[in-house]
Amino acid sequence: MDLLEFARGPALQWAAYILVAGTIWRIVGIVLLEKKPDYSEPRKSGGYPAAIKVIWTRAFTAEPFAKATLYPKMMAYVMHIGLFAVIFLFTPHIVFFEGWTGFDWPGLPNSVIFFIGVATLVSGVALLVRRLTNPVLKLISNFDDYFSWFVTLLPVVTGLLIPVRALFRYEDLLAIHILSVALLLIWLPFGKLGHTFLVFVTRGTTGMVFERRGAKT
Amino acid sequence: MKNKPTVGEILQAKGVSRRGFLKYCATTASLLALPPAMIPRIAKAIESARRPSVIWLSFQECTGCTESLTRSAAPTVEGLIFDAISLDYHHTLQAASGDQAEAARHAAMEENEGGYLVLVDGSIPMGNPGFSTIAGISNYDMLMETVAGAAAVVSIGTCAAFGGIPGANPNPTGAVSVGDLVKDKPIINVPGCPPIPMVMTAVLTQFLTFGQLPEVDKYGRPLAFFGQTIHDRCYRRPFYEQGKFANTFDDEGAKAGWCLYKLGCKGPTTYNACATVKWNQGTSFPIESGHPCLGCSEPDFWDKGGFYEPLSTGNFGSGAKVAGAAAAGVALGAVAAVAGRRRQAKYTKEA
Repeated sequence: MDLLEFARGPALQWAAYILVAGTIWRIVGIVLLEKKPDYSEPRKSGGYPAAIKVIWTRAFTAEPFAKATLYPKMMAYVMHIGLFAVIFLFTPHIVFFEGWTGFDWPGLPNSVIFFIGVATLVSGVALLVRRLTNPVLKLISNFDDYFSWFVTLLPVVTGLLIPVRALFRYEDLLAIHILSVALLLIWLPFGKLGHTFLVFVTRGTTGMVFERRGAKT
Repeated sequence: MKNKPTVGEILQAKGVSRRGFLKYCATTASLLALPPAMIPRIAKAIESARRPSVIWLSFQECTGCTESLTRSAAPTVEGLIFDAISLDYHHTLQAASGDQAEAARHAAMEENEGGYLVLVDGSIPMGNPGFSTIAGISNYDMLMETVAGAAAVVSIGTCAAFGGIPGANPNPTGAVSVGDLVKDKPIINVPGCPPIPMVMTAVLTQFLTFGQLPEVDKYGRPLAFFGQTIHDRCYRRPFYEQGKFANTFDDEGAKAGWCLYKLGCKGPTTYNACATVKWNQGTSFPIESGHPCLGCSEPDFWDKGGFYEPLSTGNFGSGAKVAGAAAAGVALGAVAAVAGRRRQAKYTKEA
């Protein structure tokens, strides 16, 4: 078994098992937690409309912080949209998802994806530099923040190396890329990358609680 | 051997012109990535070389490699170069049979001790010596006896180079490659199912010219031919870059000659010269004919997933195992929730 076979086979399989088990573990663990009794009089009705509202409004910065957070917000948007594009609009990736789900969709030309990949990487590095240079951010950052950054951008770097044939042969670069994806999938449920599947749940919950307590959402 | 005619004399007798001969030398130098200054040396070496003795052993194979060499649509200089070697033993091509054939092999080995080439096609069964025998001799015994006095060994085709189809899972005969058994001789692998004729003759030409085998990659393949992937040199590569793919063998993309990646093309991970040297006198190669590359010059190509499965298709394992992982996740989540509730109760009590 060569490196590529290992990456496409056992490595990806175990990563998938850990991803599935870990994600369900996190979700079930949260859903089954006992809700704290709220003895206060509800200010507003709350409910799902409030959840949907906050899911939407939290996508934008509140006015008082708009100027201060413009740069990281922009970089974060570039990085997240870039990640979405390189993951879901690169044809070999679409083929990968098609083999898994049976669905396919149109992709972007490779040159466009390459450009987006570079932009994603640059924005990720910019966010790391900010984390390292901003005293407050640096103080509240821990291993999870740095490791999550690392495993997120590692597949981007290894993916960008493939078309330029840097350092290794194509099949070795492809294997390294798949292994880096496997590492991402393994870490995803356990660290702060859990926001991938929890972000809308947590935002919605926050919205419902805030609405009930009469906070501005 | 001194009485044997030189290759130059043989080519002259066959009616090959000086111009045609030099053209072949220039092409070979180009294919082997040698500088133009080497062309006269190649020409001189080929012209003056005595016919090298070659013993061709065929083991667990389909004779496709021999077919590849001999089924040219028209005689070529490459073909004549191949004719110019002294093929002293070859099951399919030799007239002799039985004891006479074996006597010819032994005679060639004795007369050319230490200087003959052994070309092997087919893998060697190690599960049981009786799985494949020639004149009552097991493939293993014949190989080891023959290579003992050889100058070098050339593994022709993927079966000899890597085990090939006989060695595919579950490998019922215990098939192994030549390189798995022969450790004390220079070996060059010319894989392919079958290999490109020009690659075989170029390797022989290199041996005639320099008395040594060409530079090889990690799988023992001549770098001049196996240094780049099919994908890198494929004329459909621009379509890959543009994101234009054939989705089926008869859709508009296929008719327009778009990239065959989604139909399982193994070009990106296959090192061979098909896209440049091509087949049938440079007519075309499989991708040009509308079929994805199978990756036949790579080790274990038969076991590397489906031929029509795209390279980027991952293997997430069985649905049952994924379901098992999900069930494990539910159980772990329930345990975590119970622990969380206990913690909550403890804190509430303390508060």
